[in-house]
Amino acid sequence: MTGTILGAPDISRAITRIAHEIVERNDGAGNIVLLGIPTRGLPLARRLADALVAIEPTFDSAARTGALDITMYRDDLHRQPTRAIGTTTMPTAGIDDATVVLVDDVFHTGRTIRAALDAISDLGRPRTVQLAVLVDRGHRELPIRADYVGKNIPTSRSERVDVRLLEVDGEDAVVLRRGENEGAGEGA
Amino acid sequence: MRHLLTTAGLAREDAIRILDTAAQMAATQERETRKLPTLRGKTVVNLFFEDSTRTRISFEAAAKRLSADVINFSAKGSSVSKGESLKDTALTLQAMGADAVVVRHWASGAAERLATSGWVHGSVLNAGDGTHQHPTQALLDAYTIRKHLVESPDGAGLDGLRVAIVGDVLHSRVAGSNGYLLTTLGAKVSVVAPPTLLPVGITARPELEVFYTLDEALDAHKFDAIMMLRVQRERMTGAAFFPSPEEYTRMYGLDAARMARLPEQAIIMHPGPMNRGLEISAEAADAPNSVIVEQVANGVAVRMAALYLLLAGEEAAE
Repeated sequence: MTGTILGAPDISRAITRIAHEIVERNDGAGNIVLLGIPTRGLPLARRLADALVAIEPTFDSAARTGALDITMYRDDLHRQPTRAIGTTTMPTAGIDDATVVLVDDVFHTGRTIRAALDAISDLGRPRTVQLAVLVDRGHRELPIRADYVGKNIPTSRSERVDVRLLEVDGEDAVVLRRGENEGAGEGA
Repeated sequence: MRHLLTTAGLAREDAIRILDTAAQMAATQERETRKLPTLRGKTVVNLFFEDSTRTRISFEAAAKRLSADVINFSAKGSSVSKGESLKDTALTLQAMGADAVVVRHWASGAAERLATSGWVHGSVLNAGDGTHQHPTQALLDAYTIRKHLVESPDGAGLDGLRVAIVGDVLHSRVAGSNGYLLTTLGAKVSVVAPPTLLPVGITARPELEVFYTLDEALDAHKFDAIMMLRVQRERMTGAAFFPSPEEYTRMYGLDAARMARLPEQAIIMHPGPMNRGLEISAEAADAPNSVIVEQVANGVAVRMAALYLLLAGEEAAE
């Protein structure tokens, strides 16, 4: 199966549902801090923050949303061309003793999240860390799982999952494409 | 990019990439844990044939903050003082598996020789070669200028800014590197020095404007940054470059009166170490708009960026 898997309304519904799940699981949004992993985890984190505000108007979305760049914590740096380093912005509320929800677009091998966990431990000590992803495409290489999943999409390793977001790409869509060569997966 | 040897011919986009990366590196240095795992398992050798405190410590701090292993090698107390050549020293380091060699040498061109000779396989970073180049110093100067004087620094150059480089230009590899880099980034550079302390051929470079006294330069332009160079007396053997230190200070020293003629937002820079009372007065060195101490801090971030960009990527790219 290839083509557009999720459209704009599907993405919007998934984010709203995840927001409700976060509130339910944590008995409210009071202690929640959202950390988006650039590039596309960041707009997703912002949308999730807006959805939390819709549920709990007291949630201070500006002070509780940040960006976590994980480039310098990757385990495959020496196997790829040098990557540009993105911006890390800590939420003004801080992450110590908070419930940090990591937000990313595609959950694949788990290596990005492994790097993000290392990055978080250098930044502070949250009470718990949870993971929210828009798409889980399987093929885990590490014992890491997501707490909140927008959509499970079974894929073969050679396929590509492209998440396109309005803020970055000008449209909202999740597209599954057949890969040109085996093993070329996006969003590791 | 495999080596960082000179700022001559460094592309504008590469220079901006280094500065942008340095800004991100600087941001990591405000974290609770300042150490990053990025270069774990890499070995950086500091190969210093000439005395240096801040550059060596700065490179050492940068490499360590990125988790690289650092081996310090200084000519004093090593086999070099027994007459070992640069080549044999380099081969020894290669045998130890250096991923990067940071080299400071009294001879101009030493870094280039090390990089192109095939003696070492790793990246070579020039930390000052003779009176030739000192690229990371120029990059940290550009970073400091950009941070202070460009409104949204990320991705930007130094377009439209005017920088004065004042003093011992002849012996200054800092001036050598800044002349190229600042111009590449779009700044207008004025060089101020007595004719005896200017390198041959500098007046033929159209991108540099030359003044022979500091007052003349201050009359001509509103400078955004003024960079005072150290009078390198250790290199002034066998010839008199100016009649007396007092006269040099009168003509080229930055004092309170000359400082008052700079625009309010202008920054005062010095690569260090300073000769207080010679090229810069204590008043100017300690002025609120002096960024001399900050330059040192920015040096660590810039060198982290250089090490990251040279060492982190795939080895197949070589």
